[in-house]
Amino acid sequence: MAGLELLSDQGYRLDGRRAAELRKLQARMGVFAQADGSAYLEQGNTKALAVVYGPHEVRGSRSRTLHDRAVINCQYSMATFSTAERKRRPHGDRKSSEMSLHLKQTFEAAVLTQLYPRSQIDIYVKILQSDGGNYSACVNAATLALVDAGIPMRDYVCACTAGFVEDTPLADLCHAEESGGGTTLALALLPRSESIALVQMDARLHQDHLDPLMEAAMTACKGLSKVLDSVVRQHLQEVSVQTRE
Amino acid sequence: MKETPLSACERTFLLKAVEEKKRLDGRQTYDYRNIRITFGTDYGCCTVSLGKTRVLAQVSCELVPPKDSRPTEGIVFFNLELSPMASPAFQPNRQSELLVTLNRQLERCLRNSKCIDTESLCVVSGEKVWQIRVDVHVLNHDGNLMDAASIAAISALSHFRRPDVAIQGRDITIFSPEERDPVALSIYHMPICVSFAFFQQGTYLLVDPCEKEEQVTDGLLVIAMNKHREICSIQSSGGIMLLKDQVLRCSKIASVKVSEITDLINKALENDKRVRKEGGRFGFAESMPKERITALKRDEAPVEMTGVQEMAEEFLSKGEAAPEVVSSPVIVATGTGQLGEGVQSTWGLEEEDEEDECQGEMDKEEKKKKKAEKDEVMVISDSEEEEVVVLNPEAPKSKGKRPKH
Repeated sequence: MAGLELLSDQGYRLDGRRAAELRKLQARMGVFAQADGSAYLEQGNTKALAVVYGPHEVRGSRSRTLHDRAVINCQYSMATFSTAERKRRPHGDRKSSEMSLHLKQTFEAAVLTQLYPRSQIDIYVKILQSDGGNYSACVNAATLALVDAGIPMRDYVCACTAGFVEDTPLADLCHAEESGGGTTLALALLPRSESIALVQMDARLHQDHLDPLMEAAMTACKGLSKVLDSVVRQHLQEVSVQTRE
Repeated sequence: MKETPLSACERTFLLKAVEEKKRLDGRQTYDYRNIRITFGTDYGCCTVSLGKTRVLAQVSCELVPPKDSRPTEGIVFFNLELSPMASPAFQPNRQSELLVTLNRQLERCLRNSKCIDTESLCVVSGEKVWQIRVDVHVLNHDGNLMDAASIAAISALSHFRRPDVAIQGRDITIFSPEERDPVALSIYHMPICVSFAFFQQGTYLLVDPCEKEEQVTDGLLVIAMNKHREICSIQSSGGIMLLKDQVLRCSKIASVKVSEITDLINKALENDKRVRKEGGRFGFAESMPKERITALKRDEAPVEMTGVQEMAEEFLSKGEAAPEVVSSPVIVATGTGQLGEGVQSTWGLEEEDEEDECQGEMDKEEKKKKKAEKDEVMVISDSEEEEVVVLNPEAPKSKGKRPKH
């Protein structure tokens, strides 16, 4: 594994976490007044900002309008200063357009789009600092932003990555663990129904190990959902106190 | 041009067929269409036909300076192109969603799984490495491009030979194929994509969807595996809800399919190698000796067709003859007739009504005009002409005549 010991004999990872331990998650909702919904989320050192506009009339080409449900439009971008090497193109390259597409597919599965026929929901996500698990940070931030915008969803969408080192599944990988070339599984889960909105895996993994790896990712997602839920509840409490005054 | 959308009845028909575990081309749920792998005269050229889907892959190489981050590794570059020739829905020079997905999936399947030994592509560390370029062109689109593209790419890569090089001091000599035999790439394993189409929120699944099935599918799951039962990539798309068991089940099906396809590729490679060694004819020209390369070439349908005609005739002879009906046309109004049963035609009657109305309006208009041009009206207006206007079916004529008077 490229000379790096990802899991010590004592069972600790590079940043001192246990195998199934998540990074610290902090989030705030309603960070912008202009947008219909917005959220800022930190998952360890990965920082993401999500903004939601809509549902509104379809903009741009009319031909995209769907008569039975809403169109979801996603744009993923990475700040030029988000990585160790300065990025030249914040969005529009193959990788980020793929990411936009994946976000779109994830939320098409989770948002109750059929409630808003002939309309459009915009989700803009920006990575401010990248330290592994960009996709999952984006999904979690966008979920909070959608909740803030009051758009009905089937459930929270929680995403988390998982890796596989020395027969042990690791949850919520950081950049060093992700770039080592080992297996990485990104999973977006709707925790209550345990249904998977998106699954993506890279690098080689024996078929027999898929089950424990997915199980680890799903457990991590369920853990995240509890944190997200508490963020939402806290936000609502703060807002209700403010409005009472 | 946009893709022709399926009509509602086609859609329901296809979904119904999926529900009944039947497919348009007579396949079973987990069956692949016929796969044919043919190699070109050049090394690294391969076409794959998967049913009617056809894909061409060509591998080429050149010496380039390596990337700064990896000075001892060669570069492998993948590019998949959807030419407008394959389907009217493909537009040239456009980054469509499909193109991005296919390209990324191909990269993920073949590059991230590290199936090619990139270190062996290094010539002089930090200065010169081989860049291997894999161009995949879609020639005909009939669904499941991903599987066809991945089979074509990996077959072309394993078929490819790069020129041999020798280093003496600082000089690099590249030998032509006549001087030294070209060298094959070292390939560790063969990852192959298998696509699963899900219907009705994941209740039904099909392997190797054709274009029509792809149009009605809820979502796709692509699993890339090699024959050692190692998963090289998984990707779900299309906004479906999956359960963990479904993914695991798909991975099991994929492992079976992949081992079959790998055997097929190996057989094709061996065959090509043998023919080249024997000095026989090889390449595309040999692989399709008598068939015409046109759409007229048709594969035999896998559906059992023998005795169909007899069966049809039997049905016809058994069935009762249609009762003879003597029809007597009913004339509702002049110029109309009604044949057979049904609701009574009111066409002729309605028309007359309309005409009357029209003429009623005409009269009004004329009266208005009369009032406006009183002087002239005095001259023109005679009651006889008014009556002619009412009877004449082509009223506008009389109107046109008026200014002449």
